[in-house]
Amino acid sequence: MTKAMTGARMVVQALKDQGVEVVFGYPGGAVLPIYDEIFQQNDIRHVLVRHEQGAVHMAEGYARSTGKPGVVLVTSGPGATNAVTGLTDALMDSIPLVVLTGQVPTFMIGTDGFQEADTVGITRPCTKMNWLVKDTAKLSETIHQAFHVAMKGRPGPVLVDIPKDVQFATADYTPKDRIRITHYQPKTAGDPDQIARLVEMIETAERPILYTGGGVINSGPRASQLLRELTAATGFPVTSTLMGLGAYPASGKNWVGMLGMHGLYEANLAMHGCDVMINIGARFDDRITGRIKDFSPRSRKAHIDIDPSSINKVVRVDVPILGDVTLVLEETLRQWKARGSKTNAAGLAKWWRQIGEWRAVKCLTYRNSDKVIKPQYALERLEALTKGRDRYITTEVGQHQMWAAQFLGFEDPNRWMTSGGLGTMGYGLPASIGVQIAHPEALVINVAGEASWLMNMQEMGTAMQFRAPVKQFILNNERLGMVRQWQELLHGERYSSSWSESLPDFVKLAEAFGCKGIKCSDPRHLDDAIMEMLDYDGPVIFDCLVEKHENCFPMIPSGKPHNEMLLGDADTQGVIGSKGAVLV
Amino acid sequence: MSPLNIKKGSSSHSAYDLRDPNAEVIESHTLAVIVDNESGVLARVIGLFSGRGYNIDSLTVAEVDHEGHRSRITVVTRGTPQVIDQIEAQLSRMVPVHEVHDLTAEGPSVQRELALFKVAGKGDARIEALRLAEIFRANVVDSTLVSFVFEMTGTPEKIDAFADLMRPLGLVEIARTGIAALARGLSNFPDAS
Ligand SMILES: Cc1ncc(C[n+]2csc(CCOP(=O)(O)OP(=O)(O)O)c2C)c(N)n1
Ligand SMILES: [Mg+2]
Repeated sequence: MTKAMTGARMVVQALKDQGVEVVFGYPGGAVLPIYDEIFQQNDIRHVLVRHEQGAVHMAEGYARSTGKPGVVLVTSGPGATNAVTGLTDALMDSIPLVVLTGQVPTFMIGTDGFQEADTVGITRPCTKMNWLVKDTAKLSETIHQAFHVAMKGRPGPVLVDIPKDVQFATADYTPKDRIRITHYQPKTAGDPDQIARLVEMIETAERPILYTGGGVINSGPRASQLLRELTAATGFPVTSTLMGLGAYPASGKNWVGMLGMHGLYEANLAMHGCDVMINIGARFDDRITGRIKDFSPRSRKAHIDIDPSSINKVVRVDVPILGDVTLVLEETLRQWKARGSKTNAAGLAKWWRQIGEWRAVKCLTYRNSDKVIKPQYALERLEALTKGRDRYITTEVGQHQMWAAQFLGFEDPNRWMTSGGLGTMGYGLPASIGVQIAHPEALVINVAGEASWLMNMQEMGTAMQFRAPVKQFILNNERLGMVRQWQELLHGERYSSSWSESLPDFVKLAEAFGCKGIKCSDPRHLDDAIMEMLDYDGPVIFDCLVEKHENCFPMIPSGKPHNEMLLGDADTQGVIGSKGAVLV
Repeated sequence: MSPLNIKKGSSSHSAYDLRDPNAEVIESHTLAVIVDNESGVLARVIGLFSGRGYNIDSLTVAEVDHEGHRSRITVVTRGTPQVIDQIEAQLSRMVPVHEVHDLTAEGPSVQRELALFKVAGKGDARIEALRLAEIFRANVVDSTLVSFVFEMTGTPEKIDAFADLMRPLGLVEIARTGIAALARGLSNFPDAS
């Protein structure tokens, strides 16, 4: 049954048909008809943000923590341009978003009208697909296609630009199940012959490693289950990228920790020394590989990815498997079991002994203090005091982000929201609100750096208005810590513009927003302060004053191979070399 | 992936390794890309090339299926084998792209380009231009007492050769369409069968 309605009503109807419950947005002239429709219904909740960038990151947090697409509605011109950073972030991290933008009326397009911007032009390189809808008759179909494209294959952000006259005009509504089937149907089942080659690799591997990434999480909870099953059955060690944390539990027996530039010693050396690397939904990002020429030089590599362009993009692999992680792992397990569930037990035992030696280096050791709070200590305490709770973590970008990845343990997928590919400072606060909106009862903490946090702090207003009791745990080193660290290590300690001056008083700031502010600078008071934050029924800004000059280790300097890792300067690591530089 | 002009070894003091890790042989490939003929699609395809630093040596586009609103883009590009594979993969994952064929890799193909040449001259030069045009099977599509416009179809090399010959004879302007290409024999294009 098609039904005639205005374009604006169509938008709301299409969102309802897609099962959308929340829209993050900000009104303006070019979307007023849609806002008018939103006003007249109760099925879809609108979360009014304070800046359109915030809306997109909230939608990302919502999407990443639920597996559902995040929906954003913003006006033309500045509304759309403010969304660009979030779109790029979502594209890099494969987060499904549907962003609706208003546009000047069709007859004004191209005249430099008020608040006109070439939105589809500007956002073309930062969306998976975008559309300018010039005809109301095509609007509902386009929105349904948009959801399909955002979710299918490698997920990503899409944008639909809707001129104001298209919102006012009337046409027949096309329901979701009546749309023309789009040809966009990415391949999801892996090639069984390639999977057979992977199975042979599994059977004979002496020094295997499962290198997992965000694709496992995007593939859905079943993929994480299958990964756990495969790991338990084969006894292989598992590492993960920043984006894949939680797919395999941090408490799991085979977990060797995160890999990459600030990954664990054992994880990076296992990657370097393995003879079989099985990449499951990761993309050989440069933060992972270091210098390509020396990346895992002696291994045969298999790569499972749903995106054909990810395969052989940076690292040539021996066994490429194009497909969805869930389906490929199912088939892998099926074939492997059918052939007798074989592994190379002797090789594996030796490999685990080697990994055990690397683990014994205890690369995360840091020199604690009873005078100042070390950021690592703050996170250890946060971990201990929130363990076992229904907990979601978001982060900003910088040292605190890497420490959070190192010191917090993730037991389940969709619990860890961080800006990986783009590294967007200002992501964490709005993302935490998006997560909290999706999980009102859960404990949602944004582990932040003071500099990043300021980038979207206006969203505390959103948290207050929508009663999102997000905890902003700011590791305040009064520094752009990660920048300062690079300047120390690579630029002769010339700290060019890398300190945070004129910082606000975060406790007063919290009061100004009407939420709770907590300040702590003494390690002896830290536990109580954290408990106070956790017990407070509402948003909290926690100003945790930490050591200002702490560096984040281990670290693989950019362009170096995995085995040229810098370890910290803690006492236990003196054995490795006085300068902390390790050559294995 | 054009190699950047940066001194070897400079990466250790930089945030990024700026050296091209696989400076291999550069090949030229002709790709045929079937896309939805919708606004913005060509921009998306071209944006992929500029955004990722791929080369475009020649590009032609036209709707080839009016009912299905499909266009065929023929693009000639250059790169290492890995880059060519990557271009194909990047194109094939784009939402409005239906098919990508690497005509260079898939077997022999015919490649043709159309060009128009305006040659101005009098006397012997004019006669010589006309004589060469005949040899090259170029048609005269416009003539005045002081100029010709020749039309020629052929491989890009043939067009280049003709242009070289016309230059001393008064070539004033040239317009080229870029390459259109088809696989030889019965190709696996559904729209060919
Ligand atoms: C929007 C944006 N601008 C600049 C950067 C570069 N950058 C990366 S980390 C960082 C410092 C972050 O400081 P802070 O949030 O205080 O975190 P810390 O490293 O001190 O923990 C900067 C400037 C970035 N990632 N994002
Ligand atoms: Mg800081």
